Amino acid sequence: MSLDQWHHIGSIALLCTGLYIVISRDNLVKKMMGLNIFQVAVIFFYVTMGKVTGGTAPIIPADAHGHEVLYSNPIPHVLMLTAIVVGVATTALGLSLIVRIQEAYGTAEEDEIVRLDLEEIG
Amino acid sequence: MPIEALLFVLLVVLALAIAHMRDLFAAAMLFSIFSLLSAGMFTLMDAVDVAFTEAAVGAGISTVLILGTLALTSNEERNGPFRLTPLLVCLGLGATLIYGTRDLPVYGDPGAVVHHHVAPEYIEGSHNIHIPNVVTTVLASYRGYDTFGETTVVFTAGLGVLLLLGGAARRRDPEEEAAPQATSEVTS
Repeated sequence: MSLDQWHHIGSIALLCTGLYIVISRDNLVKKMMGLNIFQVAVIFFYVTMGKVTGGTAPIIPADAHGHEVLYSNPIPHVLMLTAIVVGVATTALGLSLIVRIQEAYGTAEEDEIVRLDLEEIG
Repeated sequence: MPIEALLFVLLVVLALAIAHMRDLFAAAMLFSIFSLLSAGMFTLMDAVDVAFTEAAVGAGISTVLILGTLALTSNEERNGPFRLTPLLVCLGLGATLIYGTRDLPVYGDPGAVVHHHVAPEYIEGSHNIHIPNVVTTVLASYRGYDTFGETTVVFTAGLGVLLLLGGAARRRDPEEEAAPQATSEVTS
């Protein structure tokens, strides 16, 4: 493991923190925050791969002729734009599900919901 | 190491603070700061389009949605027991992933394979059709169907939210709604 790979190590650290929040916390809103952190980690993994040293943002200046300007790779940026927008759509859907769960069960804590369900069966 | 590495440490500290916080309102605010800081880092990494989308959507809309949910649910997270298994799972996953990324290119390597596939073509094409922003060209033209699929997903999600929350006013007092039905059954 070398420190040249710091960008991957950072993304993976964020990813593991997000996953930890999702699987260890009982509060459903907290789980959605963890899911968002997980998503940002994946976005970082892609965006750091698109960076070129000495490159600039992929916007062509008006006076550019040919290839003398070095740009960072635009493809990861495009893919991650889609991911962010889809991410907020899933967040909105998840949060509205939590609101419905709160209305039906009176709580947004996972272990209490499971307990209420088990009481209903047994 | 560049400044981004230091900012990454700050991001991880913020994420850990969110995991630790029991006050969900404070956690939501930290989450907003987390998104804003990551937007700044995207600017440093030349991804300006991703940066302003993240600033608008992550720090703005997501935080507002979370705050709205907190207003309808509870503001405080209950203190749960400490569990060892999730921690071990995450550490194991992290170690495996770091082992798996060891032979990937280093940060900013201009010779990396990703930069020599279709990216030069896209930049060249964007120059030829006189659209200055290459990301716009790829998003709307080269990968237009991707964007179409994305809008479909957003539409479906919006429809789902409307269906889930649409009848909220009717559900508020189910007794009042059930009462007239019962009387009508009796009269018939």
